Amino acid sequence: MKDRYAFHVDSIAYLDESGDALGDLPEWSDDRDTILDAYRHMVLTRTFDNKTIALQRTGQCGTYPSVLGHETIGTAIGQTLAKDDVLVPYYRDHAAQLLRGVTLTEMLLYWGGDERGSAYAHCPEDLPVAVPISTQCCHAVGVGASFRIRDQKRAVLCSLGDGATSKGDFLESVNLAGAWHLPVVFIVTNNQWAISTPRHLQTGAETIAQKAISGGLPGIICDGNDYFAVRHALMHALERARTGKGGSVIEAVTYRLGDHTTADDATRYRPAEELKQAWEREGVKRLQSWLHHQGLWDSDREQALQVSCRNQVDKAVEAYLATGPQPPTAMFDHLFETLPAALAGQYERLQRREVKHG
Amino acid sequence: MADVTLVEAVNMALAHEMAANEDVVVLGEDIATNGGVFRATVGLKDRFGFKRVMDTPLAENLIAGTAVGMATQGLRPVAEFQFMGFIYAGMEQIISHAARMRNRTRGRLSCPVVFRAPFGGGIHAPEHHSESTEALFAHIPGLRVVIPSSPKRAYGLLLASIRNNDPVVFLEPKRLYRAVTQSVEDDGEALPLDTCFTLREGSDVTLISWGASIAETLEAADALAEQGVSAEVIDVATISPLDRETLLCSVAKTGRCVIVHEACRNVGVGAEIAASIAEAAFLDLQAPVVRVTGYDTIMPYARNEMAYLPQVADIVEAVEQVIAL
Repeated sequence: MKDRYAFHVDSIAYLDESGDALGDLPEWSDDRDTILDAYRHMVLTRTFDNKTIALQRTGQCGTYPSVLGHETIGTAIGQTLAKDDVLVPYYRDHAAQLLRGVTLTEMLLYWGGDERGSAYAHCPEDLPVAVPISTQCCHAVGVGASFRIRDQKRAVLCSLGDGATSKGDFLESVNLAGAWHLPVVFIVTNNQWAISTPRHLQTGAETIAQKAISGGLPGIICDGNDYFAVRHALMHALERARTGKGGSVIEAVTYRLGDHTTADDATRYRPAEELKQAWEREGVKRLQSWLHHQGLWDSDREQALQVSCRNQVDKAVEAYLATGPQPPTAMFDHLFETLPAALAGQYERLQRREVKHG
Repeated sequence: MADVTLVEAVNMALAHEMAANEDVVVLGEDIATNGGVFRATVGLKDRFGFKRVMDTPLAENLIAGTAVGMATQGLRPVAEFQFMGFIYAGMEQIISHAARMRNRTRGRLSCPVVFRAPFGGGIHAPEHHSESTEALFAHIPGLRVVIPSSPKRAYGLLLASIRNNDPVVFLEPKRLYRAVTQSVEDDGEALPLDTCFTLREGSDVTLISWGASIAETLEAADALAEQGVSAEVIDVATISPLDRETLLCSVAKTGRCVIVHEACRNVGVGAEIAASIAEAAFLDLQAPVVRVTGYDTIMPYARNEMAYLPQVADIVEAVEQVIAL
């Protein structure tokens, strides 16, 4: 018997759980302003998250998926993508989407039940959130194929969760990215839970990153609570993609610190001790500790940041709550480019009908 | 002007639009070097190259979803499904994304994809290769479902579908792929979507059909003419959104209506047409609307498929029934 093919999956980490460097940091870490921006953005995202959950609990927003524990990955995505790259998000990418230019108000509109929340005034080519799990992977390779057809040096970042890697959409898309040599980077947020299904029931594979290998892509694991590790993995993968070296898969390991959504109660299935331990490793505190150790952060700055984030979120909430619903006929407005004659009667009937908003 | 078959007309329309617009690309299984299992894409790879004529891995969900992604970038993909029986793996993408992309982004992104698939029975194909499940797509808001029934309409309607800025499910009756030839000019003239085509005018009964059944319906009209019954024959062509106006006007004129389709009857497109006539033209009717359709059974395999498909005699009999009332 001969060895036909062997593979390996690397993992990278730069900070330990308490925010101390494990060794040399990547060269780009000299850019302290960007790192400070990253921390500020994580705090903004968390402030938004808390506020939106409160809005949902008080009947002012619909079912909402908390991003708690995912701020590091999203922030690294948002900072690393170039403006003319395309983000193909899943529904827990708030941190990344905000950096791409989606506004807090648009995000509230979307989760509050208004289609205008995906109209994205500032990132017109990014895809809207895909709710059917993993389906966005196919769109990502379609966008990547269009870059290849048009000889554009751009990359696509497709974001998904660990549960999504069990679906054909992901595996088929990884397979196509390999076969067609597409500039698509898949980042899998492995937060250990797909609603109540733990990671070990999702797949018998030792790592999620190794699923890349079956499609001919490289796979790498990074600590998803380590800003330096996620950003470094993304920089490398996106640069490869933009320079024609093909796609890759990054498994960013973190933990879902909240419920799946506001409609979920994780205490039904998740051991409290596991959650407690995960809080010890979470990424926002970790980066804050690192900044403290570098003398770049202190409690005054923290306090000022908290106030400014709350103000920013409050303003967005105000704008969201002040935005009335679209007229009922809006359901016809973008069904087709122009309304087919066959639907004119229904449109007119709806126009005449009084609608009570419940 | 050339005499071409329906499948050749599909090829002509694809080639015409690819030459006219470099955003038009085609993708699917075995479509590039092989030219597609029915040869609908033959010669396109040589003319336009692998970049625009793409053999995909064997994954229908991926074909549909990749086309959606391409369309968000302004390409106009024409995605081929080898047979309608294999399109189901792509339905999540067609229903949950293609049909909704414009609506859910308030017009920021759109999805000008044509999803092509050969459909219907009558060519003695294996299991899963002969069904007519167009009603599944007609039920979905945001989709157009277009079905040609002649080489000319295949050419003109496919051009219109590719140029349309919304998704179109374009179903090609494979029994008619090579059944007849017709002279079709490659002039780039599209035919209108969302419009029925009146193929034959008549005054006693309206025969409504689409796809391959148009052949039997026209034959039945000939047979009826010999009996002195004047039948109007309408090819619905775009089954969704439905041009009810043309159908209702015809029924107002004839007072009688027979709907013919190859698909099974239960919740078929014929039911929507019959209900529309009952709602809007009830007082014009001199007899109940009758449907001649496939049975509500699994499509039998090749040996018995002709027993499933509506025959000329079935249509004539149905007309005799409504005329007698």
